[in-house]
Amino acid sequence: MKPRGWVEKTAETAIKLSAFTAILGLFLIFVFIGKEALPVFTSKTVQMEAGPSMLFLAHGGARPFSWQPIGDVPKYSLWPLFVGTLKVTIVAMLFALPLALGAALFTSEFAPDWLKEIVKPVIELLSGIPSVVLGFFALMIMADYVQKLLGVPYRLNAINAGIALGLAVIPIVFTMADDALTAVPKSFREASIAMGASAWQTASRVVFPAALPGILAACILGFGRAIGETMIVLMSSGNAAILSWAFDKPVRSLSATVAAELGEVVVGSPHFHVLFFIGTALFIFTFGINLFAGWVVAKLQRKVLGTS
Amino acid sequence: MIGSLCIMLSALCCLTIVGFVAAILGDIAYYGVHLLSWQFLTTAPSRGMTEGGIFPAIFGTAFLVILMTIAVIPLGVMTAIYLHEYASKKSRTVVWIRLAIQNLAGVPAIVFGLFGMGFFIQFVGVGIDKAFFAGHLTFGQPAILWAALTLALLTMPTVVVSTEESLRAIPAAHRDVAYSLGATKLQMIRRIVLPQALGGILTGTILAVGRGAGEVAPILFTGAAYFLPYLPKKLNDQFMELGYHIYVMATQSPDVEATKPILYSTVFVLLALTFALNFTAIWIRSRIRQRLRLER
Repeated sequence: MKPRGWVEKTAETAIKLSAFTAILGLFLIFVFIGKEALPVFTSKTVQMEAGPSMLFLAHGGARPFSWQPIGDVPKYSLWPLFVGTLKVTIVAMLFALPLALGAALFTSEFAPDWLKEIVKPVIELLSGIPSVVLGFFALMIMADYVQKLLGVPYRLNAINAGIALGLAVIPIVFTMADDALTAVPKSFREASIAMGASAWQTASRVVFPAALPGILAACILGFGRAIGETMIVLMSSGNAAILSWAFDKPVRSLSATVAAELGEVVVGSPHFHVLFFIGTALFIFTFGINLFAGWVVAKLQRKVLGTS
Repeated sequence: MIGSLCIMLSALCCLTIVGFVAAILGDIAYYGVHLLSWQFLTTAPSRGMTEGGIFPAIFGTAFLVILMTIAVIPLGVMTAIYLHEYASKKSRTVVWIRLAIQNLAGVPAIVFGLFGMGFFIQFVGVGIDKAFFAGHLTFGQPAILWAALTLALLTMPTVVVSTEESLRAIPAAHRDVAYSLGATKLQMIRRIVLPQALGGILTGTILAVGRGAGEVAPILFTGAAYFLPYLPKKLNDQFMELGYHIYVMATQSPDVEATKPILYSTVFVLLALTFALNFTAIWIRSRIRQRLRLER
């Protein structure tokens, strides 16, 4: 090899440095969002209005848990938002998981090749639809049908938002589950058929369990996406911060609250720091979910397939 | 008996999803195509968004993704080159970088918006103002530059993954031949690796642009504006954007019925744009994979 000139060395350094952008980016996200969330715990003036106890414990009065950031006495209870997020996410998962897993089972095990070539790209098309368009669809069109079908008083509610959110979760779960099912060795299927099992028995008792780690990871990642997704919920949920377990009422999620309120808030006010606190919580939670999904694949894969 | 019923049920799942996709696309195409005209694409909105076109939003979106592309290509491509050409495959650094890229791809879009505001505007922007503009508000406010950089970080994993896939496809023999002829590592990468990886880089970039053009949450507080009488010309201008335009028209319009036709047509334009980008990327990628299969 030729002696390496300074150009070579500079280029190598630049390449090495830029490789750390992802790590640096994650670190900076954590530091700079966390920094603005910290006053909730440390600043006296912020704590007057929005200390940790005010975010999580009951205030006095008729409605002890309420999110009313604008008013004479601002209230910042996170419970209505948390329950709202949970409700929408539950509907989304109940809607998306059976559909996505059923569809993945169909395309990987039963569908003839020509049908597969049509169905898979169509479902993957769904992932190319921007979330603002899904939100628009749920707000302007789907809400009417959901309301009519269920006979509920409010157009925009947790069920409508959940279904719309489910549409964003489906392609993620479908693609990963389909990959996991397709990756199960052909010998598994042949052995099962040779033992006299039917196509459905093979799929449900042999292939599906073997692909379970990947399928589980798909569901976990879908859940992570649902928790953090913003525009869809913001547009289709009605955005009323009411603490209630009723699924037919308008709801407001954590992410939608940040999106709706941060634009009009005074930088440095208690409200501002509470919104960053919510953002930090979302970041840490989805981060944990992603790590967990990776861990599930790495650990369980070995157990199920018996190989490294 | 129960078996075939279950198979039919799984087919039904497929059908339901396809039905939803058809309903979304069909509805938007049906109502969105009416207003579509050359004039709609090239004029500014008027009369409180009830008339006129969406040119400023198209222009802003294009400006935004061009800036984003300028930032994300070097970062994404150099990261991929490091991972595949420089680092040893099982080194701890590589494991950490891969983990970071995977996790970056899973961070919610709204968190990127918060980050853009907290880091780019409040820290970098305000810092620049203090250092170069004597505290005069110049870069310490929402601007197209900050929105583009925020989106660049969000779309970086897409570019890395796609570029690395194409690096993996280059036979090791090509690299060995370059070395045997006396090339240095940088020469080898510039003359052998990069030309062959061009397709993958292009695919990743197009996918990133498609993603960036549709994301609204990261630009909510970093530079998007509902209505501006002028087009963005400088890096610290605010801008109009298609996705944000849709969001505001759909949720904050004083007269929903009057803006509805324009809203539908704007959604149609955004959808057509992102699909066109995605199809191009898929087409290039399938051609690369085909060539790969022929070579092996």
